[in-house]
This record gives sequence, structure tokens and C-alpha cells, in this order.
Amino acid sequence: MTIIRKDFVKPAFDRSVKETLTKKGENMSSMILKGKIHKFGSNVNTDEIIPPRYLHSPNPEFAKYCFRDIDRDFADRKQAGDIIVAQDNFGWGSSREYASMALKAAGISAVIAASFSRLFFRNSINLGLPVLESQQAAEYIESGDEVEIELNNGIIRNITKGESYPFQKYPEFMQKIIAAGGLLNYIKK
Amino acid sequence: MGQTITEKILADKCGKKIVKAGEFIEPQPDIILANDVTAPSAIKEFKKLGVPKVFNKDKIVFVMDHFATGAAESAEQLKIVREFAKEQDIFHYYEGGNAGIAHILLPQQHIVLPGFAAIGADSHTCAYGAVGAFSTGIGAADAAAAMAEGKLWMKVPQSIRFILKGTKNKWVSGKDIILYIIGEIGVDGALYASMEFEGPICKELSMSERLTICNMTVEAGAKNGIFAPDSITKKYIPRSKKYKIYSSDKNADYYQTYEIDCSKIYPQVSLPYSPANTRNVKTLKKIFIDQVVIGSCANGSIEDLRIAAQIIKKGKKINPNVRMIIIPSTPKIYAAALKEGLIEIFTSAGASVSEPFCGVCLGNSMGALASGEKCLATTSRNFVGRMGHPKSEVYLSSPATAAASAIKGYISEADEI
Repeated sequence: MTIIRKDFVKPAFDRSVKETLTKKGENMSSMILKGKIHKFGSNVNTDEIIPPRYLHSPNPEFAKYCFRDIDRDFADRKQAGDIIVAQDNFGWGSSREYASMALKAAGISAVIAASFSRLFFRNSINLGLPVLESQQAAEYIESGDEVEIELNNGIIRNITKGESYPFQKYPEFMQKIIAAGGLLNYIKK
Repeated sequence: MGQTITEKILADKCGKKIVKAGEFIEPQPDIILANDVTAPSAIKEFKKLGVPKVFNKDKIVFVMDHFATGAAESAEQLKIVREFAKEQDIFHYYEGGNAGIAHILLPQQHIVLPGFAAIGADSHTCAYGAVGAFSTGIGAADAAAAMAEGKLWMKVPQSIRFILKGTKNKWVSGKDIILYIIGEIGVDGALYASMEFEGPICKELSMSERLTICNMTVEAGAKNGIFAPDSITKKYIPRSKKYKIYSSDKNADYYQTYEIDCSKIYPQVSLPYSPANTRNVKTLKKIFIDQVVIGSCANGSIEDLRIAAQIIKKGKKINPNVRMIIIPSTPKIYAAALKEGLIEIFTSAGASVSEPFCGVCLGNSMGALASGEKCLATTSRNFVGRMGHPKSEVYLSSPATAAASAIKGYISEADEI
């Protein structure tokens, strides 16, 4: 197979720009999420986020089974507000919304990844779970880091490492969906 | 800069002259689909919105395909959808003998037409690109919102062009081509993007092969797959139907272009546990199998059944170590297979023939695998535990390879029969 043209180039991250980014971020505030990081690799699928054999359990119980097959003590280590960081194609697989529901049930406040499976991305926004794309954050943030996200300003701040990484801000309507707690709440308003 | 076929359809659906990749829009779909797994939760959410009526009773399609006529635990789910369809006077409600698998039923009954925008609460909704429609999978909350508002938020996808060239080798079908492509670009090779197929080989791809190809674009992460309508499309759609034909401009903007020399593609198999884990069948050592399945939204057309029958007829008997299950995708295909004598060929060779539904593909209701068992299937996914026990294995192939393997008892090429 011949690739004729491939325009996609991974943006280079200059660690020296971190100061300006941090300062710029401090001037603004609104919708700030803060939590400890749990980091995963590439292609984490919906079955790994919540194994299908637990789908018949009541919704709040999903918290106990989240990531059970790939990170057995996740349920014991997680705390309300924690943030997931992953590499490429997070949430690959089913169109059903259980994966996003399970992360919400586990108290996860946001997911940051280099890229997401599109159905997981949609479902998360629609259920009011912030999902952020940032190649740099996915590369440099490590498990255990303390991270702060300025949702409306497009900035992820790594408090532990003293670095900042930009992410593409949501368009206004998506910010409103997230703020309303999901698509259906947004429509009701 | 020109526009791709996907951009043109989406622009029309939101009343704009031009939309560009990356832009957020709110298109008005022509079809909103949900099945017996997703419709019950979409209906539950719809009711919470306090909207009395769906936006358009003729644009919503419910197909009860995952549980077929209803296992005990799903009977209540089916009832929710049935009652809602009656209450809302939904025209396109399909169940039992009128149903079959949605992604084959909708094109077959011309419910989806060229130029349509179709959204469906099922990841394989992307199949309808075969007839030149924009179609993509959504979640149940999406479906609820769209049923109320008649529109849905969406990002215009970037387009990746696949130019299919060369010649088609013997026994190579649309399934082999798409498995090969997914193997090359990976499960996120077309993430968020539109996969557009063109090139001289398209003339040799029947509508059912195009459906298979577009169906599986989601396995490469794509938002939609699409073939611009041509003479094959026009022949497939009855003259009485009104539709609009879109095609990409010569100067349209493509994010990537792949040129694929089909002369290099031989029958393919995807090994567990990823559709991208693709191999040329010839290069495999003997993999003995316990079950073969021909069916699903990816491969259960009358053409698929004809190919399988042609091979089985030559081999006469299914290998005694193999259980073979054949699932025509719709009742109409079942009836045609009966009339053509295909069902008799299958049953006298020792295969069982199921009623049309999704069943086996997701280890639901029938054909489930026990620990350590291997199945070669013409389905679309081979994730861990997809067809039963977490320690069972699913291999993906074309109907020709599946039929040949059922006779041999191990994964083998149709040429070996």
C-alpha cells in the first residue's frame, strides 16, 4: 500500500514555553478540575474500562469494576476527582455508553488522551464527562502526578512537574453541554 | 478548494453551501436508527425530556435485530420499543419476520438512499456509505436528543481517500480488501475520519461487497465509509425512488490518500483479538477450528450465501469437528436462499441455518464458544470474549474462506477445496 500524502505531523513540545503558558492560565478561571493521575497506554477498549459481565449491575456499582481486568486495584486506589491519562485511541469498541458511565460512577473528573475513539468521545461529552485531547499531556504526565485542568481556557497544568500543556478548547456549545452535565440536560434547558 | 462527498452531504443537511473538515455543525438526519439494545435506553431518555412527540415519525427506524424474536431476559426490552413505536405511530418498526439485521435490511428495502444522512445507535451504522449516503454510529443519548430535535451536533470529518487499483485475485472479496486495509492502517488508522473509496476496482465491487467494506470502516476508527454512487448504485436502487447523487470535487481536500494495489491482496484472516491483526491465509500454519459462522451485518447477503454454497457443494460435508452456523441477514435473503436450493446444500452438508438476527456475533442467544474454543466467522469483531468465554478465540474472514475452512476443519483457502 502506498501512502501518497500524509500531512499529519506530531507537534513538537518545547518544554521552555511552560512559564508563559502557566502565567497566562493564572489570569483566567472558571471550571477548574483538579485530581491525581492514573495513567494507561494505547487502545484501552470499552470492555477493559468496564467488563461487559458487570453491565447488569446497577449503575453506581460500576465504580467497583472499572478497569478491573487491566488494573486490578484501581477501585481501591481511586479517589473522587481523579483524572485518567492515556495514549492513543482511548475508549475503542462499543457504541454503548457504559464506559463513560463507569468512569463517572468511579468519580473520575476528566480523561486526557493523545486521541479518543470517536464514539467514546461523543458519549462522554453527551454524559457530561470532560474528555481532552493533548498529545503532550499524554506523553509527559505520569501516574501519581497532581494535575489541574482549566477547562474553558484549554490548559492542563501539571502541579507536580511544574509544566503546562495546551489542549484544543471545546466550541462554546460543547462547553455548555459539559456545564449542564450532559446533552439531555442541556436540551431540557 | 473543492469539497468531498461527505462534506457536500453534510453541508446540505445543515442548510449551508460549504462545510469544512473540523467544523462543528448540527445536521438534520434523514434517518435515525436504533435497535433492541439501544432503543430502550434512548426511549427512556427521550421520555425524560418531556417532549410529547418525536420530531418526525417517518424518519425514525427501529429494528429488533440483536435478540431476534426475544430471549426471556430481553422480552421486556422489546416490549418497551414495541409500545413506544405504537404510541408514536412509527412507520419503520421492524421485528421478527419483517426484520433481519438492520444494516442489511435498510439498504435492501431502500429505506436509506444515496445522499441521505443516516445516524444510528449502533457502531456499524457506517455501512450505508455503500449506497452513497453519509452514515455514522451514535450513542443512545444522541439518539434520544435527535428523536426530539431532529438534529444532532457533529464535527465534519477529515477525509482519507483509498484508491483501489490493480486486479482482484480469485476468491478475494470486499471483506478481504477491508481486512487488508484495516491491517495496514490499524484500528485507529482512520480515527474520526471519513474513508472514501474510489478507483477502477470499485466497478468490480457489488453492492453487498461495498456494504461489507463500509460496515467495517468503524473497525479502523472511522466516522463513516463511502462510495460515490455509480452505475452499480443506480442499478441497485429502483427507478421510482427519488434521491440526490453527490460526488467529490477533483480538488477536494484529503487528509491522506492511499493507493492500494489489489493484485497484492490474497484471502485475509484477522487473528484474535483485533480486526487489524490481519494475515494472508496462505501464510498461516494449520489453525484447527471448532465453529464456523457465516452471517452478521458484515457478510450475510444472498451473494455471500451463494459463494458459501458453491464451495460446500464441492466439499460435500462439513468437517465432523466443526459446528457450522449460517445466518441469512434478512428474511428476504432467507427466502431467496431457500428458493435457490442453498439452504438444502447447507443442511445436507451438516450446517445449521439460523433465523436472521445478530445473535452469534456477540455471543448472544446462540452459538456461544466455550473456553479454549476457536471460531472462524464472517463477522466484524474478534475482541476478547466477543462470542462467549473470555478464553475463546474468534478469527475473521470472507464467506469463501469460512466455507472452505468448515470443510477442512482448519483455516484454509477456498482454492484448497
